[in-house]
Amino acid sequence: MGRAAKPLRTMAVGLLGLLVCGAWLAWPWLMLAAAAGLVPWLLASPRGRHALAIARLGMASIPQRLGATSVVVVGIAGVVGVLVGLLAMAEGFQAALGSTGDDQTAIVLRAGANTEISSGLDRAAITLIGQAPGVQRDTHGVPIASAEVVVVANVPKRSTGTDANVQVRGVGPQAWALRPEVKLVEGRRFRPGLRELVVGRGAQTQFRGLTPGHSIRLNNQDWQVVGVLESGDTRESEIWGDAESVAGAYRRSVFQSVTVRLAGPRALDVLKAALAADPRLRVDVETTRSYYSKQSERLTTTLRAIGIGVAAIMALGAIFGALNTMYAAVAARGREIATLRALGFSGLPVVVSVMLETMALALLGGMLGAGIAWAVFHGYTVSTLGESFSQVVFQFQVRPALLLQGLQWALAIGFFGGLFPALRAATVPVTVALREL
Amino acid sequence: MAANHVPAPLVAVRGVSKVYRRGRQRVEVLHHVELDIPQGDFLALMGPSGSGKSTLLNMVAGLDLPTDGSISVAGRRIDRMSAAELARWRASHVGFVFQFYNLMPALSARKNVELPLLLTRLPAARRRRHAAIALALVGLQDRAGHKPGELSGGQQQRVAIARAIVSDPTLIVCDEPTGDLDRHSAEEVLGLLQRLNRQHGKTIIMVTHDPKAAEFARRILHLDKGTLVEQSPP
Amino acid sequence: MKFLPLLLAGLLRKKTRTLLTLLSVAAAFALFGMLDAVRVAFNAPQTVTGIDRMVVASRFSIIQPLPYSALNRIQAVPGVRSVTYANWFGGVYQDPKNFFPNIAVEPASYLQMYPEIVLPRDQRRAFLGTRTGAIVGASLARRFGWKVGDKIPLQATIFPRAQGDNLWVFDLVGIFHASVPELKGVEQQMLFRYDYFDEGRQFGHGTVGWYIVRVDDPAHADRVAKAIDRMYANSADETKTESEREFQLSFAKQIGDIGLIVSAIMGAVFFTLLLLTGNTMAQSIRERIPELGVLKTIGFSNRAVLLLVLGESVLLLVLGGLGGLLLARVTLPVLGAATSGQLALAMATRSWWLGLGLMVLIGLFVGLPPALRAMRLSIVDALAGH
Repeated sequence: MGRAAKPLRTMAVGLLGLLVCGAWLAWPWLMLAAAAGLVPWLLASPRGRHALAIARLGMASIPQRLGATSVVVVGIAGVVGVLVGLLAMAEGFQAALGSTGDDQTAIVLRAGANTEISSGLDRAAITLIGQAPGVQRDTHGVPIASAEVVVVANVPKRSTGTDANVQVRGVGPQAWALRPEVKLVEGRRFRPGLRELVVGRGAQTQFRGLTPGHSIRLNNQDWQVVGVLESGDTRESEIWGDAESVAGAYRRSVFQSVTVRLAGPRALDVLKAALAADPRLRVDVETTRSYYSKQSERLTTTLRAIGIGVAAIMALGAIFGALNTMYAAVAARGREIATLRALGFSGLPVVVSVMLETMALALLGGMLGAGIAWAVFHGYTVSTLGESFSQVVFQFQVRPALLLQGLQWALAIGFFGGLFPALRAATVPVTVALREL
Repeated sequence: MAANHVPAPLVAVRGVSKVYRRGRQRVEVLHHVELDIPQGDFLALMGPSGSGKSTLLNMVAGLDLPTDGSISVAGRRIDRMSAAELARWRASHVGFVFQFYNLMPALSARKNVELPLLLTRLPAARRRRHAAIALALVGLQDRAGHKPGELSGGQQQRVAIARAIVSDPTLIVCDEPTGDLDRHSAEEVLGLLQRLNRQHGKTIIMVTHDPKAAEFARRILHLDKGTLVEQSPP
Repeated sequence: MKFLPLLLAGLLRKKTRTLLTLLSVAAAFALFGMLDAVRVAFNAPQTVTGIDRMVVASRFSIIQPLPYSALNRIQAVPGVRSVTYANWFGGVYQDPKNFFPNIAVEPASYLQMYPEIVLPRDQRRAFLGTRTGAIVGASLARRFGWKVGDKIPLQATIFPRAQGDNLWVFDLVGIFHASVPELKGVEQQMLFRYDYFDEGRQFGHGTVGWYIVRVDDPAHADRVAKAIDRMYANSADETKTESEREFQLSFAKQIGDIGLIVSAIMGAVFFTLLLLTGNTMAQSIRERIPELGVLKTIGFSNRAVLLLVLGESVLLLVLGGLGGLLLARVTLPVLGAATSGQLALAMATRSWWLGLGLMVLIGLFVGLPPALRAMRLSIVDALAGH
């Protein structure tokens, strides 16, 4: 082959390899189906069987090359572990916020405020909002609406011992009816007008002293913790109290938001229209689902980007490691391969066998990494600063989809890392290969 | 009466034995060898494989220690030296030529020849000059920049010889130097060794199994089963 | 180093293998460079400027304002050289995604408190003289293409205007630079005037977000902090006074143990790297046993051979590692540009030294087993090929 042709061919192969990897990452099921078509070829056709035979020879010699082999497996395991870990963090954060809120409740904030904390609604506005059409009323005709004040308090965190922000939500009397997913699991509800608090389970695990019977200091006053609530969403990161008491303690004359239960499927539009039409109100209305998913967007996107970025760089490193190992493997078995080729085995079975071996190692590494990620991370609870400047508690969610994504990456690395050595094994002139030893 | 003043031999081997332990077996490779090698000698050591000729060579070159007996080179007992002392001694006293050239494939011929000089305090310029002289001596000055991969077998061996002589050693020791060469290259190399011995007075000990190669030497010794068997004049 | 060609010869023997190993090392250290920049960013910069500054904020909550009346009382505390104040505005420019800090300040005293904000004299005069004036950092101006003279509208999220709407408009009168590269982060902010803000806002008049205090002697900072906090203890406006650095760090701490996450990732990466380079070195030495034997015959002592192998291993790591760090150095600004300034990280000198140290350490660790093997090689066995 001409001197210029070899690097060109290498580049062409490289590009082809990248395309295949890209297709695999984008449409894994499609590629799997295509790969499944290979299996009958492997088992039935003579060349396929050659490939299997050579691959088996290769696997048998692995114990002699344990060091080099472990490089591929551990390297890929590392990539998958880190990828799954970071993505699980993003997934968990999004799940915590995404599961908060639904389409049956709406939240009303002052126009332009993008979070509750920066919003402000005075008493007149609250009354108007509660009376608006579209708001569900209970059996006594009372609107199921809760005017809430949200403040951030400093409480020492269990893990660091230093103060961190926790969200304290003063809620109206309808709050419990408004949010049926919130359940009191310990103690009792706070009584209106008193300095009593019900803490979320998540907040309790992250902060010190939030157990029923204890008291914490808010704005220089002692507040008694009387109960614990669970809800399966971000409410668990909060502390609830009576809205009037909290507003008084923080010398607030305005509330932050009004959350209402919608009267029916079209109620949101009705409510929006009514509030917009009132010249005394300048407010924004949206479903709680929409509001909370926006809150998580920024951090989730950042976490995902970081996760993929870091894993991509590690994957590059793993590819180089795999290339190294497989080149060495191919070189070590050079005589065998050359003899086989001299005997008449064509290049294709050799290529396929090397690829099979590499991808088997990659799969092993992927499963190892996925297994470790699942064992270490799944359910691990952490908290971080949310959009409202307070701690949001969430759990790493190592979902099966993530594990599959990790395996996907592992196989892609294995594919790319095996391609060039396989090519080398199949195309080095037989006489050269035999002589090299 | 005029005393026949025989100068002290350069190398004096006295009662040297070498025993290897292979598991529980004792293998005696050399058996009470006595040998004198005068200055300026060109000695060929011959014998069947397993006769211990390479082992004897390694002892004289300070690469291995005898189990019994003594070896003196230029008046120093090398069998009494520590590994570190031997290393230092070898650096200035021995030049070694191997059967498989053992040049560094990634270094040029010139850099390969300079290798022993890295152990000295000579500045770079002086090292380059010595290497150039050595390469000229073996007739490869115009190949100085080539890597071993770009040289023929015979040329590589000549580079190896240049490396062996660059630090002006007391002794040049060759283990089957022409074992891997074709007839023509072998003769080139052997002729070079002969010139080094006759025109430059280098003392050379060569192990070979090839009688034609041995003919280039001044004298030939045979080893069989660890003992010197006979001396044949050239 | 005259032995350098020899070290290189060892590495160049199998070019592909060395190249691939170098690339792996480079990938690992590129990641290290970037992650360490993240870690450094989360640790507030430790510089000489700011060592005498403290932040006075409400002890109860970050969102609780302090009364304006505190200004004179704090100034009167012994040990206090000067005081200024600021209020977080939280305005949005066009899109919430274009986040940057925008803060209402008292112009003269704030600029004096922060000498790292370098503003040309005429622009400073303009700022002091224009009620609606605002100054922005050079990085921020570059990000949005602002020039002096532009009108910058911000949508308020927290502070609607007295008129009832949310649209605040400012006149850009100055663009400032950071005095030193480590503090380049300061160029991400927009500062405007507190008086314009306080008069124009709907509620909260007469309150400020926080005070910044400069003390006469940093050694007495603690005493001054306690004195200020004692003044407001058990009142409705309890304060917490701490060094500026502590204040910044407390936010980072709340985001999470970034240091732990970064260390965990790098731990996994370096572990794999150890395995990879260890394997390469072991392979390489195994193949070169006859060559090592030759070196010993030539007269290289056992110790010399040990050092040669260690040197080769360290060289491999350092070459690859420096390449990786350079790659990180080059990539970070690109990342910053791509995220429109949100992820503006720079590599600290400390990261370079730490990286170099790690390279040498890993090189030694990885090179030691094959080096010991090379050292202990018996010449006779080596020449024979085992």
